[in-house]
Amino acid sequence: MDFNDTPQEAEFRAEVSQWLSQNAKLRSESGGMMSMFAEAEGGELRGEAEWEMVRTSQAWQRKKADANWGVITWPKKFGGRGGNIMQQVIWGQEEAKYETPANIFMIGIGMAGPTIMTHGTNEQKDRYLQPMLRGDEVWCQLFSEPGAGSDLAGLRTRAVKDGDDWVINGQKVWTSGAHYSKWGILVTRHDPSLPKHKGLTYFIVDMESPGVEVRPIRQITGGANFNEVFFNDVRIPDSNRLGAVGQGWAVSITTLMNERMSIGGGGGLFGGDNGLGSIVALLRETTLDGRPALEHDAVRQKMAEFAARFKALELTGYRTLSALSQGAMPGSESSVMKLAMGLLIQEMAAFIMELQGAAGVLTDRQDTLMEAMWQQAYLGIPAIRIAGGTDEVQRNIIGERILGLPTDIRIDKTVPFNEVPTGPSKKG
Amino acid sequence: MNFKFSQDQEMMRDSAKRLLADLSSYAAVHKILDSEATHDANLWKQMAEAGWLSTAIPEEYGGAGMGYLELAVLAEEMGKTLACTPFSSSIYMAAELIKAAGSESQKATYLAKLAAGDAIATVAYAEKGRIDAAGVQVKAQGRKLTGVKSPVVDGLSADLAIVSARDEEGVSLYLVNLADSKVTRESVATMDRTRKQARLSFNGVDAEPLGKAGQGAALLDAMSYKAAALFAFEQVGGAQAAMEMAVQYAKERYAFGRPIGSFQAIKHRIADMFVKVETARSSAYYAAWALESAPEKLQQAASGARVMGIDAYAFAAQENVQVHGGIGFTWEANPHLHMKRAKHLESLLGGAIVWRERLMRSLEQAA
Ligand SMILES: Cc1cc2nc3c(=O)[nH]c(=O)nc-3n(C[C@H](O)[C@H](O)[C@H](O)COP(=O)(O)OP(=O)(O)OC[C@H]3O[C@@H](n4cnc5c(N)ncnc54)[C@H](O)[C@@H]3O)c2cc1C
Repeated sequence: MDFNDTPQEAEFRAEVSQWLSQNAKLRSESGGMMSMFAEAEGGELRGEAEWEMVRTSQAWQRKKADANWGVITWPKKFGGRGGNIMQQVIWGQEEAKYETPANIFMIGIGMAGPTIMTHGTNEQKDRYLQPMLRGDEVWCQLFSEPGAGSDLAGLRTRAVKDGDDWVINGQKVWTSGAHYSKWGILVTRHDPSLPKHKGLTYFIVDMESPGVEVRPIRQITGGANFNEVFFNDVRIPDSNRLGAVGQGWAVSITTLMNERMSIGGGGGLFGGDNGLGSIVALLRETTLDGRPALEHDAVRQKMAEFAARFKALELTGYRTLSALSQGAMPGSESSVMKLAMGLLIQEMAAFIMELQGAAGVLTDRQDTLMEAMWQQAYLGIPAIRIAGGTDEVQRNIIGERILGLPTDIRIDKTVPFNEVPTGPSKKG
Repeated sequence: MNFKFSQDQEMMRDSAKRLLADLSSYAAVHKILDSEATHDANLWKQMAEAGWLSTAIPEEYGGAGMGYLELAVLAEEMGKTLACTPFSSSIYMAAELIKAAGSESQKATYLAKLAAGDAIATVAYAEKGRIDAAGVQVKAQGRKLTGVKSPVVDGLSADLAIVSARDEEGVSLYLVNLADSKVTRESVATMDRTRKQARLSFNGVDAEPLGKAGQGAALLDAMSYKAAALFAFEQVGGAQAAMEMAVQYAKERYAFGRPIGSFQAIKHRIADMFVKVETARSSAYYAAWALESAPEKLQQAASGARVMGIDAYAFAAQENVQVHGGIGFTWEANPHLHMKRAKHLESLLGGAIVWRERLMRSLEQAA
């Protein structure tokens, strides 16, 4: 057991750090840890500011790709660095020290890419992976529907074969970044008379195709990063099918496994060895009932508990990655991270808001601690607890796949899909 | 970065598992529970013969000269099986204090005995449950101790106690031979009857100073971080065992025509146990590594491991009783063993409230 870098890891870290120091700006103390929750404010749902964000994000990815930092873990033949998972972690830790633009490539590089590598044809790999890695083409995930979220296999968007094309009709929802994406990964139903998991087929869809309509949905943060996406007779060539007809579920599982990995395994959220240091410093300056907040035992007890859980999660992430890097198979362990992290940050955010007196509810950057970062986190966290498998779904995964507990009694698995009971609003 | 125990350490775990499976089954633990025995003497003897006690004691004092990671592996397995022995008192606590503060001759005399299991030692630091140095009222005058320590874990079986006492220099540590006629030992009733505790009264008994006079509080404090890291492994092991018991029962017990583990109220509670066990495990690993290789990180790491370990074990043990329903409330069943051991381990060295404060202080120093 050794929590320090090996000599090779230290060498790699030095190389990363040197490149970053020449190509990016160090973060300021307060900013950033929660930048993933920051959202455009103000009345305008879609504005120039967002396109500016997209362009900066693409420029940063291109810069990294030019220096061979595009994706550390992808094989060289797909344009990656051919590095290992620990190197990816080290990159994440170092990059987190710098001011870098929002990452809009998680769905492409983190999910669609590995799915194409696993299930795609050679032509598909040649066509999509390179521009994905360079940030030239942004991807979105067209899985969830109004009637299918946790129960993804309950989706209804229809795909009907017509010559060399498939014709798509239906609706997706909660599609993050659809409005600036070139491509989408899309799961459809090609045969509703088969049991629900058997009648699915997976495609790559050009978001600029005629008949694709993207409409923004406003979120509780005020921003509108996700969308509803309508398909009206959208034609997709059969060459854009990913995996065999009827294999859509297996292909989706590959995507979802990678999604859990990238949500649960992130190292960037944690500020290194002493993640809560800046908060502790801040609580010295914050006055509560006439004394520094940090002198209140109630505050100290709570903050210490948060610190212990925070560090434990950081360590658990590394423990999982270190096992992976030694050849363990990716399992369901990232469910632990995702579940525990969402709950922890929600509690922390609520508590740190409580310490801000009448400013607790404000989102004004001037009158709040850390420029309203915790208020933003408080609003953003429900997304972490819902997207990519809700807390309840993660608990099912832990219970059933890790601990081997008996599954729920299911009434929907073996009957033809079109005979599965639905709620009042979901016929169609 | 490498979060794994080495192959040798894993081999040690396997042999520990075998020995404990034979000798520290739940049935064996129940026997200690229902007897007046101070500890499981046969298990203790076998542990000594297997060389466990000598693990982290230097070779020059009759030990095996291995490190804390090896001790951590044993601690986890002992925690899992609720081993009823004075291992922690004698080894994580007393031997560590002697290693840290003993003179050459004290180390030579006592460590070899502890390593071989020829003597059992414990640390008597609490008075009426109070564990902070300001509460020490036992007096030392001219190397003679007077006063009462309670509770003292393994105080009934120990041959030797390290006692904190007040002298002209403040609080100092003294070694006391518990067989002396000027020591009275009484049993004190404790919830966890598998780990018996004592009230020790000293009536002018001869005592030998351990470490510099006036350094008692600091020495106990330093020892407590080391012990906390090792106890965290017992807690993780115990929590894991309680969780496994819950999983097993949830698969076998049927209600409403289905296994209770298929009800999400049960499944999700057990999933929450898993989250707590795994995060506590990561923290314990970090603390063990700090103990072995990065002493400057020990305070923060051990405090974190203790806070997480206490919470994981309490939660898994309590909820395991709940998962079992009525049978979980019976003396004959096993769930209560963990519920009580969890509280035992928490009460030693002070509970989570003490360690959250310690963690906060170490964070303030770093910030
Ligand atoms: C910010 C954000 C971004 C997203 N981005 C995307 C995206 O880019 N692409 C995409 O395809 N999707 C996206 N999603 C959708 C997300 O994957 C779904 O919202 C999620 O899977 C939950 O599905 P649902 O919304 O239909 O809720 P439901 O499945 O209807 O869940 C409602 C409640 O029921 C509970 N529940 C459901 N089933 C069970 C069960 N078996 N056991 C116990 N409880 C259960 C849930 O836990 C939840 O509490 C995004 C969501 C959010 C919030």
